[in-house]
Amino acid sequence: MKQYQVSAAEKKFIGSHILVAVLALAVGSLFGPLQAFEHAGWDFYVYLKPLIKSYYQGLTVHGVLNALVWTTFFIMGFLTFNVIFGLKRPLKNPVLNKVGFWMMVVGVVVAAIPILANEATVLFTFYPPLKANWAFYVGLTLVVVGSWVEGWGLFMTYADWRKENKNERTPFIAFASLVTVLLWQICTLGVAVEILTMLLPWSLGLIEGVDPQLARTYFWFTGHPLVYFWLLPAYISWYAMLPKQAGGGKMFSDTLARLAFWIFLVLSTPLGFHHQYVDPGVPPAWKFIHAILTFGVFFPSMMTAFTVIASLEYGARKNGGKGALGWIGKLNWSDPSVASQLLAGILFFFGGIGGLANASYNVNLVLHNTAFVPGHFHLTVATAVTLSFTGISYWLVPYLTGRKLWQPKWATIQAWVWFVGMIVFSNSMHVLGLLGAPRRVPLNLAPYVPAEWNSRLFQVGLGGAILFVSGLIYLVVIYKTATNKERVETEVEVPIAESMQDPDSGPIWLDRWSPWVYGALALIVIVYGPVLFDLIKNIALTSPGFRVW
Amino acid sequence: MSAQNMHIDSYERNWMIFSFILLAVFASAIAVAAFGMEIQVPAPEERVDPGTVATDPNSPWSNPGLREIAPGKYDAYILARAVPQWEYLPKEITVPVGSRVTFYVTSPDVQHGFKIQDTNANFMVLPGQVSKLTVTFDKPGAYNFICTEFCGAGHGVMYGAVIVTP
Repeated sequence: MKQYQVSAAEKKFIGSHILVAVLALAVGSLFGPLQAFEHAGWDFYVYLKPLIKSYYQGLTVHGVLNALVWTTFFIMGFLTFNVIFGLKRPLKNPVLNKVGFWMMVVGVVVAAIPILANEATVLFTFYPPLKANWAFYVGLTLVVVGSWVEGWGLFMTYADWRKENKNERTPFIAFASLVTVLLWQICTLGVAVEILTMLLPWSLGLIEGVDPQLARTYFWFTGHPLVYFWLLPAYISWYAMLPKQAGGGKMFSDTLARLAFWIFLVLSTPLGFHHQYVDPGVPPAWKFIHAILTFGVFFPSMMTAFTVIASLEYGARKNGGKGALGWIGKLNWSDPSVASQLLAGILFFFGGIGGLANASYNVNLVLHNTAFVPGHFHLTVATAVTLSFTGISYWLVPYLTGRKLWQPKWATIQAWVWFVGMIVFSNSMHVLGLLGAPRRVPLNLAPYVPAEWNSRLFQVGLGGAILFVSGLIYLVVIYKTATNKERVETEVEVPIAESMQDPDSGPIWLDRWSPWVYGALALIVIVYGPVLFDLIKNIALTSPGFRVW
Repeated sequence: MSAQNMHIDSYERNWMIFSFILLAVFASAIAVAAFGMEIQVPAPEERVDPGTVATDPNSPWSNPGLREIAPGKYDAYILARAVPQWEYLPKEITVPVGSRVTFYVTSPDVQHGFKIQDTNANFMVLPGQVSKLTVTFDKPGAYNFICTEFCGAGHGVMYGAVIVTP
């Protein structure tokens, strides 16, 4: 059976997303190792002085490009592909999607100018009253609004499909992608309000001051669901593509996979206070409620772990895999896309445990803003997500360009090098955090660092060096692939693991949007409403801006 | 779509039950620590005007430092600031071992952090807000407090210490 043909124009459009994403990753990842090297006492920033003024400017470049640009562009490209391919129909209004994409591109450029000019060294959290140049906020707004516009294009495509297929179950990859897009549209309201009502008018001189506590609250309304916006596309691949790639596995439970995505939609946003446990202006009772809800959103990830592992095991046993864990060896480890995603999943296990520790209310007193936190999110966004995305790109780029993956062996090596480098880096960051080392500090220059941290600081640098090598291999492989003269003979097969159950046999409420959407909005109003109402009622725009970097 | 019901594999059902119990146990542990052992996170204390908090003679942060309010009990008013330089005022406080110190920290400029090493005290310091936590120092020694939130070029050198004398 011939697979659905995505048009050449749409492939190019999706590919443009991947191109911008990889460019952002290339530049952003140059600066990641520089932070790690500084910890180990190898300061490269002194040589970069004409271009990059400080560790913090480098950290801003790294955070914005890797955590925001690389992820958002890759995700919008991948989800667009999933909707088109899943629904087997072209975009309803490709011009609208193009407008969204170009808004995002212009936004990145507009934000990049002040960052590179050292006019926006505010890190990717941009907490006021550190005050960036207005262009930084305009750029961020354009990226977010552009992603909304692209999302609307996807919703319109779905609405058309639904009109023609009234009683069909939405194909899983399209369904899960649309839920992810909707989650993004709901949660980004926080940062949109923060920028449009406070930061932008303030940076333009229209208002004198801002309310830092209210700004943080808006920011984290978006900040935690943001991590699910990163993670869910990787989950889509793990659920519905990886089992097929790893050896003909089938999706173990279609219904529970759908339920997991709905739970993510409902629970991802109303828990942002777990980033604000130690903020002075939020009542502890509400912090505790958000802590419980954070534990709740852990549940669908546990469901995901079961279904994904069961799906992989099914395929591996069919291929002769034996034993309680021996079947793991029967997975298709020689496929770089498979190896990348399996390794990503393994480290995500530890990322999940660390995340649960961070989320644990008073336990967070020991961890808040220590090196434990970047140690944690380098296992999640920088490995579970990033290593999955690079793994996906190993089949997606050949699929989109019709060019053969260059040196699959090197692609596999890249994944393993990342895995090893991240273990070294992340483990030492976690330990440093537990010893009390703060995050976001050039620790080599900090006067309070005791000698007992030194061996760990060296390991941070070592891990950074290994990760740097992996990053370079990735860029070479992807560049060589995108320009490969050797073409694939037939279009690359899109790996889709079919469901073990008949998806149609699931309950109908799994395909009804309104109860979940209203439920999500209601829960947000309940657990954010009172605190936000209070903060807004008592708003004090008393903080003028500071440029102290 | 025809007759539908939720098919759940028995292994998967057990896994979900296990997951639920696991999370419930963790949540209970936190609740016990929070409400039974009173390991608590900061609560809203007071709002101040960051423009005047360091200069207004009626503001305790115009004269930051340690006040003994009862034998062995202290209030420590600490100002975290980035302007004119990155520092805590005062940079050092000294208390005898066994002292119970309540910290009141605020900022006249940007956001800062305040983490006292080897204790449970760790909180954000925001302009306009007062952060408060109480620590009992049972062992003598020097406890550094360090800035844990990016506050500009001198963030990495911003620290102070509680000296606990035997």
